[in-house]
Amino acid sequence: MGEKWLLMSEEKFDVIIVGGGLAGSAAAYTLAKAGLEVLVIERGNYCGAKNMTGGRLYGHSLEKMIPNFAETAPVERKIIKERVTMATGTGAMTIEYGSNKLKDPSCASYSVLRSKFDKWFAEQGEAQGAMYVTGIRVDKLLQKDGRVCGVLAAGDELYSDVVLLADGVNSILAQQIGMKKELSPHQVAVGVKEVIGLDEKTVSDRFGVLPGEGAAWLVAGDPTGGAVGGGFLYTDKESVSIGTVVTLSDIGSGGNIKVPDMVERFKSNPVIAPLIEGGKLLEYSAHLVPEAGYKMIPELVWNGVLIAGDAAGFVMNLGYTIRGMDLAIESGRLAAEAILKAKEKGDFSMNGLSAYLTLLENSFIMRDLRHYQNMPSLMSTPQLFNELPAVADALMRGLFVVDGKTPVKLIKTIVPAINKIGGFIEAGKLGIKAVGAM
Amino acid sequence: MGKMSLDNKLGLDRFNIDQHNPHITINDGYDNKEKINLLVMACPAGLYQYENGKLSFNHEGCLECGTCRVLSKGRVVKSWSYPVGGKGIEFTQG
Repeated sequence: MGEKWLLMSEEKFDVIIVGGGLAGSAAAYTLAKAGLEVLVIERGNYCGAKNMTGGRLYGHSLEKMIPNFAETAPVERKIIKERVTMATGTGAMTIEYGSNKLKDPSCASYSVLRSKFDKWFAEQGEAQGAMYVTGIRVDKLLQKDGRVCGVLAAGDELYSDVVLLADGVNSILAQQIGMKKELSPHQVAVGVKEVIGLDEKTVSDRFGVLPGEGAAWLVAGDPTGGAVGGGFLYTDKESVSIGTVVTLSDIGSGGNIKVPDMVERFKSNPVIAPLIEGGKLLEYSAHLVPEAGYKMIPELVWNGVLIAGDAAGFVMNLGYTIRGMDLAIESGRLAAEAILKAKEKGDFSMNGLSAYLTLLENSFIMRDLRHYQNMPSLMSTPQLFNELPAVADALMRGLFVVDGKTPVKLIKTIVPAINKIGGFIEAGKLGIKAVGAM
Repeated sequence: MGKMSLDNKLGLDRFNIDQHNPHITINDGYDNKEKINLLVMACPAGLYQYENGKLSFNHEGCLECGTCRVLSKGRVVKSWSYPVGGKGIEFTQG
């Protein structure tokens, strides 16, 4: 800061990007590569300092920008094993999937830790010529003649043709200028995570994977005490990322469990406990996750300003998988392309920047968000997190628990649990709703 | 793994605390028990405490998630902003 900071404030930039996360750096990289003067302002002391993910990055959108990025980027493990579990306090039913297709670079996914990964991505942007300042908070957007023309940060006014808001889920700046409404408790979930250190071989052995390979695991039911949400677990290189996610509007329902207690409950589940035994807690973190998908997208473009990444609500929670980082990267890149088009025409008005909307429409972002637009409502069906895990538990108990007594007909073992859903017809309806939403 | 207290967990995190400049302020006189208890339940860092009818809050240890802002702005939460640049939580894993 200091002298350099003052010196810079005399200039006008082509683009100021608020936030050095994945959307911000994807845009910075693309714009700097095309020769524009770009300034990224990050409030953390380094990019990634304020960011947290479950987390898995689907590689496809970054692969388009930096082919074979995983060979040099600090990814933790390539995810080759998928697990989905329905758990009660006493039992758990798991589906596991593995396929060579999951290893194919065109559709591979990787566990990542954001403090390392975002730092690397920012370095790629810097190498293209983007300027980054860290440890500076943007307090306000500057407006003149009905358009955004810069930012106020650490007491300095900085000017640019365009400002890109990549400032994360809370995006207070987008709210300040009325592009985004206050978040409502049913639109967001809070994720709480522990990174538990274990040595590399132990992680591989416990999850049955080769070095460099790993597993992703989502668990519904017991972790949240039946509240809408679940547990997650991702293998890192020398640690396990484990945590819980719960929709804010559902906190206090069901088992009335405190949010910080949910992760303890998850860790003590008999299926999970042996996998982290002997591990050492390295970090405890929390972050909001936008979950309402298509139905929470704010105004994305206005005069002199665009919004990308979590700030735009670009996240998909499908229950069996969660995606956000691949959407953040794609939206950052598309915002940059729209800015380049606007620059050609010399028109940074809402109209001049509207190519962003068309590019998003034609991308996987809007296509997938629209395709899965009913998932958030399905995912907020309480039965999925309460009664359904109980049905699965009862069914599996009927199959696998042998006590030497007369066997009970399988159908009878699940009747009490099915009755809790409201009978077989209601259970069937839930099944139809689920298939329909996919 | 044995259970760890929330204080011990937060003790492992890296913070650059801005002691005299709280980024979250609360309405001291607010007395809706239900709304207060919601934040006691919800805050991942356990920073909202309600004992003997008295609400207390400490911004040190805040993970900057925004949960209390979304649940209670204008009620328990009087103002909410991010800490000034470089202050607050600093994730080294993420």
